[in-house]
Amino acid sequence: MFEKMIVLSDEIHAFIKSKYDEGFNYLLDITAIDYSDYITQQEKDFALVYILRHESFKNYIVIKTYLHELEIETISDIFKGANWLEREVYDQYGISFKNHPNLRRVLNHKEFVGHPLRKSYPITKGQILHETDDLIDEMNHRLLSKGLVCKTDNGLFSECSKDLMFLNLGPSHPASHGTIRTYVALDGETVEAAVSEIGYLHRGFEKSCENHTYNQIIPYTDRLNYCSAISNNIAFVKTVEEMLGVTLSERAQAIRVMLLELSRIEDHVVCLAAVLVDMGGLTNYWYMYNPREDIYDLLSKLTGARLTNSYMRVGGMANDLYEGFEEDLKAVIKKIQHGVEQTLALIKHNRIFHDRTQNVGVISAEDALNYAITGPNLRATGVAFDMRKDTPYYGYENYEFDVVVGSVGDVYDRVMVRFAEIDESIKIIKQVMENLPEGDVNVKDASVTLPDKEAVYGTIEGAMNQFKLIYEGVKVPVGEHYSALEATNGELGFFIVSDGSGTPYKVKVKAPSFTAMSAYPEIIEGSQLADAILTLGSLNIIAGEMDR
Amino acid sequence: MELSNPSLPNNIAITTKLDEAIGWARESSLWPMIFGTACCAIEFMSVAASKYDISRFGAEVVRFSPRQADLLIVSGTVTYKQGPILKQIYDQMSEPKWVISMGACACSGGFYDNYTTMQGIDQIIPVDLYVGGCPPRPEALLDALLTLQKDLRTNKYNPNRHENFKGLLDNV
Ligand code: SF4
Repeated sequence: MFEKMIVLSDEIHAFIKSKYDEGFNYLLDITAIDYSDYITQQEKDFALVYILRHESFKNYIVIKTYLHELEIETISDIFKGANWLEREVYDQYGISFKNHPNLRRVLNHKEFVGHPLRKSYPITKGQILHETDDLIDEMNHRLLSKGLVCKTDNGLFSECSKDLMFLNLGPSHPASHGTIRTYVALDGETVEAAVSEIGYLHRGFEKSCENHTYNQIIPYTDRLNYCSAISNNIAFVKTVEEMLGVTLSERAQAIRVMLLELSRIEDHVVCLAAVLVDMGGLTNYWYMYNPREDIYDLLSKLTGARLTNSYMRVGGMANDLYEGFEEDLKAVIKKIQHGVEQTLALIKHNRIFHDRTQNVGVISAEDALNYAITGPNLRATGVAFDMRKDTPYYGYENYEFDVVVGSVGDVYDRVMVRFAEIDESIKIIKQVMENLPEGDVNVKDASVTLPDKEAVYGTIEGAMNQFKLIYEGVKVPVGEHYSALEATNGELGFFIVSDGSGTPYKVKVKAPSFTAMSAYPEIIEGSQLADAILTLGSLNIIAGEMDR
Repeated sequence: MELSNPSLPNNIAITTKLDEAIGWARESSLWPMIFGTACCAIEFMSVAASKYDISRFGAEVVRFSPRQADLLIVSGTVTYKQGPILKQIYDQMSEPKWVISMGACACSGGFYDNYTTMQGIDQIIPVDLYVGGCPPRPEALLDALLTLQKDLRTNKYNPNRHENFKGLLDNV
């Protein structure tokens, strides 16, 4: 359930504050829309969109404001999570935020000129970076705010208390998971201050959506969270289907639920395997990774690809389950359970594991909400927000499963919540397979799904239908829509603006890893360096999804 | 236990060309450095895990320090923002060194033909072997590794082959 409202740009701060006091205290996303190429002229060329969720988690509001000038009051004093979101809008659209504490680019590099998500920026115009940002400026401000350096009269910074050592963690380091960079100031082994730089895997997903048809975008969504590709497919097509107003067949819904849960397992398995490696427990990696290979085998049989499945289509999916799928699935689940059991046997009562994870990398429930952290990372703090329960879709309300929550919000909780979620997912998959409805997997609507091959080759209407859908894409009615589902890392949402054609006018992803990462520097400040590595692993930051 | 080969007479010497002896030694002692950035890196995890098991081919000592490695495997999208980092890593590796570009993105930018993505890593560093696929299957990477090993054995690589390479980030 959601409401849309339009607010004057000078009143935005006060309005959002009042909504916050009403209980809309969970900031999902901030994005801008450049209307300069839109089919109908809008009040102003640029608008900002704020999406806020209510603390009951049942409903959300979409607040839109047209900008008279390209500047607006920041809301980062209300929501910590707004800090990076506003930086992104500044980076991509060139809209400034008054009183923002650190308004600089976040995704694009420091030598970049212009604002790529503006319609006037050509999609393929790349710009070379010659030298990586040293982040010293940002670090100095961070140190200043923590009282670790003083500003001298001539505007320079000088150390005033501790003797600090500076170190880059990443971006090319195994423990930084490939593309994440954190610059830390160390006092001995303790992280006194940290700043993170992201955007190393910014692949322009959102801009690329603007020259592809809806179905062509599906392979791109695979590569957001590439550890669980199918759940990204589903989140995207679900949003498009809601805009089209099509209802899926019961069978398609059930298959999607089953695959969402399988993806969740797939993703949790990699996250857990990796975090245990970061801790030095290599054996667990083999135990956890082997069943993942079995999932790959199953998925390649079903979809043709191991990792990047691109299995969904608007209005359904590429094909139905194959004969014998159920037996294969059962065998895979057995192997998953076996892998999980073996791993737990190694760590459950393991003193080293407990000491290294408990009370490490703690984030409080309050902070987690304020940063808009979601999914297992939020549930580990004790907040039982799970879209499968709070705003069910695809019949989740009919399945019996528990929402797993932690109590402390430390690495231990985040790891254990994921272990327990694997069990819950298996429960759901079993229930789905027991009652799998018969019928088609694609909606029968010539304007949405492709006709049967027989009709394409046999009739002129069929051939025309296929041709038009492929070339022009599924035509989505004019409108703006946000929709989300509980993906493996939490609420994964898409905000789509359609101008009625077969290509979206604008797409914005609400990416769970982005908000989790924005909280990371604050979480690790004060902790040991080795713990910072574990904290990163346990947050399961997937660069593809974070940087888009 | 008898260590020498009983079918050979005692005190023999095998003569060979020095190049061949070196090629033979290099073939099975590659130390890869994995520069993994995206989805392809997840497939590299599979290559390293039990099922595909890169150690069968004598190249399992995956290093994360370029100074200890002689084979750079770039797996994943390299954006312009990553460019200077990749170049630095490559420069830090000591000679002789080889580069495998894994996946469509590293080879050509893949389907990211947009403002963010370098259209192939060979715009900044030289590449010896390209592996197609998005992502390539683990077998494809192993195939590239075997090809490289064969080429090393036969001394296919001219040590001066990259002398004239000029990338976008050279001379800046
Ligand atoms: S080639 Fe494909 S799978 Fe590999 S990094 Fe690029 S998009 Fe990902």
